[in-house]
Amino acid sequence: MTPMLRKSLDVWHVIKSRYSIYFVLVVMFCMCALLNENFLSPRNLANISAQISVTTILAFGETLLIIGGMLDLSCGSVLAFAGLMSVYFFKLTGSLPLAFSIGLCFGMLWNLLNGILVRYFKAPPFIATLAILAMARGSALLFTKGRNIYQIGDFVWFGQGSIGFVPVPVIFMVLIAVITWYILHHTTFGRSLYAVGGNEEAARASGINVGRIQIGAYLINGAFVGLAGLLLMSRVNAGLPNAGIGYEFEALTAAIIGGTSFSGGIGTAGGTLAGAFIVGFLNNIMNLTGVDSYLQQVIKGAIIALAVIYDIRAKTKRSQKGLGGVEHQGETKTSA
Amino acid sequence: MEQEKLLEVRNISKSFPGVKALEDICFSVKKGSVHVLCGENGAGKSTLMKIINGIYKADSGQIFVGGQQVDIQDPIKARSLGISMIFQELNYTPEMTVEESLFIGRLPTKRFGRVDWKTIRKETVALLAREGLPYDPQTKLKDLTVSDLQMLEITKAIFHDADILIMDEPSSSIAQKEVETLFEKIEDLRSRGKGIVYISHKMDEIFRIADEISILRDGIIVETRPKEEFNIQTVIAMMVGRELGGDFPKEEIGLGDTVLEVSNFTGSKGFHNINFNLHAGEIIGFAGLVGAGRTELVRALFGLDPHRGGTLRLHGKEIQIKNVQDSIKNGVVMLSEDRRRYGLVLIRDVKENVTLATLSRFFRGGRLRVKEENEAVEKVCRRIRVKTPSIDTQVSTLSGGNQQKIVLSKWMLQNPEILILDEPTRGIDVGAKFEIYKLMTEIVSEGKSIIMVSSELPELIGMCDRIYVMAGGKITGELERAEFSQEKIMRYAMGMQ
Repeated sequence: MTPMLRKSLDVWHVIKSRYSIYFVLVVMFCMCALLNENFLSPRNLANISAQISVTTILAFGETLLIIGGMLDLSCGSVLAFAGLMSVYFFKLTGSLPLAFSIGLCFGMLWNLLNGILVRYFKAPPFIATLAILAMARGSALLFTKGRNIYQIGDFVWFGQGSIGFVPVPVIFMVLIAVITWYILHHTTFGRSLYAVGGNEEAARASGINVGRIQIGAYLINGAFVGLAGLLLMSRVNAGLPNAGIGYEFEALTAAIIGGTSFSGGIGTAGGTLAGAFIVGFLNNIMNLTGVDSYLQQVIKGAIIALAVIYDIRAKTKRSQKGLGGVEHQGETKTSA
Repeated sequence: MEQEKLLEVRNISKSFPGVKALEDICFSVKKGSVHVLCGENGAGKSTLMKIINGIYKADSGQIFVGGQQVDIQDPIKARSLGISMIFQELNYTPEMTVEESLFIGRLPTKRFGRVDWKTIRKETVALLAREGLPYDPQTKLKDLTVSDLQMLEITKAIFHDADILIMDEPSSSIAQKEVETLFEKIEDLRSRGKGIVYISHKMDEIFRIADEISILRDGIIVETRPKEEFNIQTVIAMMVGRELGGDFPKEEIGLGDTVLEVSNFTGSKGFHNINFNLHAGEIIGFAGLVGAGRTELVRALFGLDPHRGGTLRLHGKEIQIKNVQDSIKNGVVMLSEDRRRYGLVLIRDVKENVTLATLSRFFRGGRLRVKEENEAVEKVCRRIRVKTPSIDTQVSTLSGGNQQKIVLSKWMLQNPEILILDEPTRGIDVGAKFEIYKLMTEIVSEGKSIIMVSSELPELIGMCDRIYVMAGGKITGELERAEFSQEKIMRYAMGMQ
């Protein structure tokens, strides 16, 4: 192979692996537009964006955690707890900024527990956040004795207001997307997160404080979850202790479809946003064309399976390539 | 009288990319005898044993078991031919009981596939009594000592009708007292007509149990003779008779002041009471056989593992190393022996790997100064001569030599005072090796110092100003450049004076 050809193949490979998700998104968009004439209407598109905003904000938290080799199953429950607290304090004080801060704080508080369990007790993130999932949901139900909080007044601004023609939750979603992108690409924390998820031992041996990065990732996730919580309560016009059940599933789906690798160290904010829209478009078009709602679940599950197969195959290719160099690692060591 | 050959290999050769691991090996084990295989680190002992055990496939040559030519594709086939391997590091399932471990893979069953525990219990008790092992059949493996596990492994091999037992440095992980038990067992096996291959580099053991000795060096059997025709001197001389090769880019550099003084440094495992010093512009080497405690020592020095005691003085001032951050702050950095595990984030690109330890320098005013970072990476990669299509290339796609240079670039960006290199040339090709040596010379000519751990004596002799030799976790010798010789180092490394 000539060097020129090799180089252009290399570039193609990079484009393929880096931008294939956006290609899928565009194709999907065009197909939806062809399938149903209502799809392209501004109202429908604004609706899709508003609908996916809550789970997409959760998905950005998951993206950060998965890149760092962790995950959060508790986000659906913590979202309910933090959202409730936000509503409750709003009803007490009538202050939107206070309600906002309270929501974020409680999201972070539960995730501090997640982080401590993972970091200091070495609990696998799956188990640690499963425990918090139960605790946070139980606490939310305990707090309201299982009842919903109604008459939330101006609190609805978060979820139902709009600035110009853009719904407030969509603005928040875009804001969180930008923050996630900024964290991942323009901060030491983000770079360290990729390293911790890609190879924790190497990160530690490079002088990175792994514990601080892990706890930090959970805290940021917590703020995102808290925000998602108050947006959801505001959208549904009530404080619901039972809100957000199964949202962790939606959030993980968006992150995985967006190319975040479950073995850690790989993922982007743009990918997750694209993943969320792919799921959003899919849900929307299936509703518009009247696909049976049970069948919808089957299709969504199948798409996750496809995304995972794609991820694993891409990874196998990568590691095979990695063995191409001069390498007989471990040989001298084993023949002691 | 010619004894029957249980196992014979003829003209075995094996290559790995870039190295010839074994060349034209002929080797045999007779019934009722112990054949000791000895050689330096990397001589090819384990490779040969892995071929016999079916883990590796030989490029050419034949294997005969009991006079019949056989094709050993995997360890299961080896087992069925009566070959059993006792590994240096035993793999076991901690929660398994003694009886389960003996019968695993061949559990007797009753009707409907129910496991026949009664038979198992009965046979286990009988077997343990016959072999003189005082364990309860229901003891869990995690409650046994390493020596017990080894005995159990041997018992299991015999129970599974093994005729040929291959033991890879079995005494390295057990205490002196337990070694006696092991040797008694080996005597017992010999008298029962088993053939034993015993891999070791401990002289006292070799001469105690061997019937025959083979010496392996750089993939070639140098000599095979009955024990009586050898003595310690001849064995050592044959083990180390490696070509030195005169092409090391070593330059004489005037040594500066003492930079680092280590006294009574003791680790939680692996080494105790280590004393040494290092001067500006100096390369010191740590020689020793596998398990001597060299890697443990440098890991603790770098803060990767905790240490229990001792003091470190940098320019006469005492420093505390509790973690890697501490040592980096003090200008001490380390290139690990296992770069894939401790050196690199393989799935990320060159740039991210190179600046991993220096990120905070590029983070100002709330964001990473990417342009400045790129320039720094380009510059250090040019200096270390990393060959990569671009700094955005994924590290896993590069060759071993270039990967090693990326780790080196990462640390050179720190501008360290002391560079610890643990097996810096392991697994990289000859050209890249030479470049690493040249970089080492350049680095010390700037007044920095290097601590080099290596299992390759020629490279230590070629590059170091002084060599400390370790054995059993202690420093057993210190040699100035003028006194360097492979024999001397090997003697210290074997713990002989």
